[in-house]
Amino acid sequence: MAPEPEHCPGPKSEQAGSSDACEGCPNQLICQTAPKGPDPDLPLIASRLAGVRHKILVLSGKGGVGKSTFTSMLAWAFASDPDSEVGLMDIDICGPSLPKMMGAEGEQIHSSASGWSPIYVSDNLGMMSIQFMLPSADDAIIWRGAKKNGLIKQFLKDVDWGNLDFLIVDTPPGTSDEHLSINTYMKESGIDGAVIITTPQEVALLDVRKEINFCRKAGIPILGLVENMSGFVCPNCKGESFIFAPTTGGGEALAKEAGVPFLGKVPLDPRIGKCSDHGDNFLEMYEDSPTSKAIISIIKQIRKDIGEPLSSDDEEDP
Amino acid sequence: MSDISSLCNVKHILLILSGKGGVGKSSVTTQTALSLVSKGFKVGVLDIDLTGPSLPRMFGLEGRQVHQSSAGWVPVYTDSTKQLCVMSLGFLLQDRGDAVVWRGPKKTAMVRQFIKDVVWGDLDYLLIDTPPGTSDEHISIAEELKLARPDGAILVTTPQGVATADVRKELNFCHKVGFKVLGVVENMSGFVCPHCDECTNIFSTGGGEGLAAQFNVPFLGRVPIDPSFVLLIEQQQSSEKNLVENYQSSKLAKIFGDMIQQLLDENLPSRV
Repeated sequence: MAPEPEHCPGPKSEQAGSSDACEGCPNQLICQTAPKGPDPDLPLIASRLAGVRHKILVLSGKGGVGKSTFTSMLAWAFASDPDSEVGLMDIDICGPSLPKMMGAEGEQIHSSASGWSPIYVSDNLGMMSIQFMLPSADDAIIWRGAKKNGLIKQFLKDVDWGNLDFLIVDTPPGTSDEHLSINTYMKESGIDGAVIITTPQEVALLDVRKEINFCRKAGIPILGLVENMSGFVCPNCKGESFIFAPTTGGGEALAKEAGVPFLGKVPLDPRIGKCSDHGDNFLEMYEDSPTSKAIISIIKQIRKDIGEPLSSDDEEDP
Repeated sequence: MSDISSLCNVKHILLILSGKGGVGKSSVTTQTALSLVSKGFKVGVLDIDLTGPSLPRMFGLEGRQVHQSSAGWVPVYTDSTKQLCVMSLGFLLQDRGDAVVWRGPKKTAMVRQFIKDVVWGDLDYLLIDTPPGTSDEHISIAEELKLARPDGAILVTTPQGVATADVRKELNFCHKVGFKVLGVVENMSGFVCPHCDECTNIFSTGGGEGLAAQFNVPFLGRVPIDPSFVLLIEQQQSSEKNLVENYQSSKLAKIFGDMIQQLLDENLPSRV
């Protein structure tokens, strides 16, 4: 791995690629050719997002831990209040899962004079994903980072989000282009914070630790950590078992170690997988499941943290 | 053009791919490596998941260092028999919690360095574990291996539709870049309750098999969820036996042994 030269001016500097220290650096050409100065699109994004009251990111260093599942639950829960307008943005460009989970597969995006219209799953829940732009559902998006960044920018700049109470952003695993870009583009208009999802085993925690480290470096506030797939209750004998054993203390220990709030544990329920495949609202269909209860209590906590607690009237709403 | 002289004594190159994250690419890579070693082969494993490297933990090698020799980076060997070695970005980090926050060009440079600068020596098999998706790492490894004639790719999926939807994209990626699909593994297919032996399909079942049939590629088999495999990985430090021996007593070893035998029966031509 080639380290930065000792007196690296930084890739954003005016001297990037042309300073004396850049001689011989393997990244010199990249720095030289990259555009300098503030991005002229940032003010446009800020004005587009001016009508969005709360922005929440769902992150995890690890794949397949339930980022999209949790995002969909969060969206449905927020949208169950008919007075809330909710937006959902999927920036997992190479593996978009949200359209399937929200039951919006096969939809196509329409554009109007005011920009691309989101796909409305219900009256007050609009969403955007690259899946809506593919000629065939199985098409692979074989894109390098720069192209992905361009699309993410368009999702923020060119989509007619309108006035929203909540904008929830689902992300791919890792700490790379998509994550850096969404933070850069949204920073000016303010991100309420990130919900970080993990599963209990150390192999997952290892990557999630990196994501927390990333949030700290990037200055993204952390709303809290959710431990998903924690424990499984056999539907036959009600015996509990750990599928992904928390040998190092699971999400709770990591939250403590990293000094971030622990939002709760969500047990596995095979019906979630089925609901996701069919695009059904799990929280509504199985509201008595221990999994639903755990998720509802986590969402309550998140609402409190962003200053939108449910009044008791709302709780009685269907 | 890429320099692939470091791979000139590697007989077979297999990639482990999946469009979806968390389906068990690294578990399948690990178990494939262990099964091949127990059949007497010499195996190297390359981890190109740069932002979330799991292999050092899987092989119980966390905290180990890569050594620099005059010929390049020496991979980390699991023991003195030198049957199994691993190269991962995880070995190059100061602290295991450090995030690698890199944009595409830097990842591309790293993948190139992993192909060019690692001293693999003589290997029967080189397994390449990848991150989820079809982006920088994947495009780069396809470019770097263009002249290396890899044998092909093993695709890992879990059974539910949300996962197979992403794996379909990966299959299309393989066609586009010319990786032969050696087979599909359906991981996390069913969980047998340790209390009552009832099997629950937590992530549904049959999705991988259906996918293989639809795309007309070989189906290698189903792997159930086995919590004892997680424990085997997590508790290997306190065990007296090494991972290869321990794994042979796992229930999954037989399933993987059969899957690997299917691959071996194809008699893929050696590159050397």
